[in-house]
Amino acid sequence: MNADWSNALCGGIVVGIAAGAFLLTYGRVLGVSGIASGVLNLRKGDALWRMLFLLGIVCGGAVGSRVWPENFSGLIASTDYVRLGVSGLIVGFGTKMGSGCTSGHGICGIGRLSVRGIVATLTFMLFAVLTVAVFGRWGAQ
Amino acid sequence: MMFAMVSFLVGFVFSLGLGWSGMTDPQKVLGFLDVAGSWDPSLMFVMAAAIPVYFMVWQFLKRRKRPIFDDKLHVPTRQDIDKKLVIGSAIFGVGWGVGGICPGPGIASLGAFSFGALVFVVMFFVGSKLEGVIYGD
Repeated sequence: MNADWSNALCGGIVVGIAAGAFLLTYGRVLGVSGIASGVLNLRKGDALWRMLFLLGIVCGGAVGSRVWPENFSGLIASTDYVRLGVSGLIVGFGTKMGSGCTSGHGICGIGRLSVRGIVATLTFMLFAVLTVAVFGRWGAQ
Repeated sequence: MMFAMVSFLVGFVFSLGLGWSGMTDPQKVLGFLDVAGSWDPSLMFVMAAAIPVYFMVWQFLKRRKRPIFDDKLHVPTRQDIDKKLVIGSAIFGVGWGVGGICPGPGIASLGAFSFGALVFVVMFFVGSKLEGVIYGD
């Protein structure tokens, strides 16, 4: 088994454990786009946990980029800000409209055998594959 | 307060998993999505590993009825497939295919001081806000 595969497998297990822990402790779905976009529309008592969750993600990235620098160097080196900005805009719009992203639909949705999660995941996978097929690895460096 | 601390920890561990897996590398993600070209299937193992772990927790929780520190579940219960779900997911897929970054890895890469990630995340919030304005939350 090559290193890419074992890293993906180990990382995936950790991702599953973290998402599972949130479900087991507080009965919550770990959906990054939903938790993040909720910051824009705060209800009372809703701010602290969302901010700390996001801070946890950032801190995990700070530590992770020391442990696995090769997995972060590509984005750090990328100066294609137009591509990244356009991508962010579309991802923000689409995940809000579709109520979730890779984590909420792809892991927590499918993991609960939710019909909506399965349909959403198949749809975004299909369109992501089509986008890369049509545009190539646009802006690839 | 306890809930907020667990949220931090869960976010932290989740993010470590993303960094370990390679989901934070846009070129690797685009290689995974490049099914018609030089396909790199390795990232398939992220979902293939995470989903069964989550599924087992869910099975356990269903028997237990309620989470450990809360008196009820907060998981979505909707079953209907509406236009917003499908069209929104399709739009997200296009955005993911353009940049090779989804929200988790984008936010995680802020911790690696990636300016590109900052651009992505700021525009993510703009896009999310825009959707809210158009569709009235």
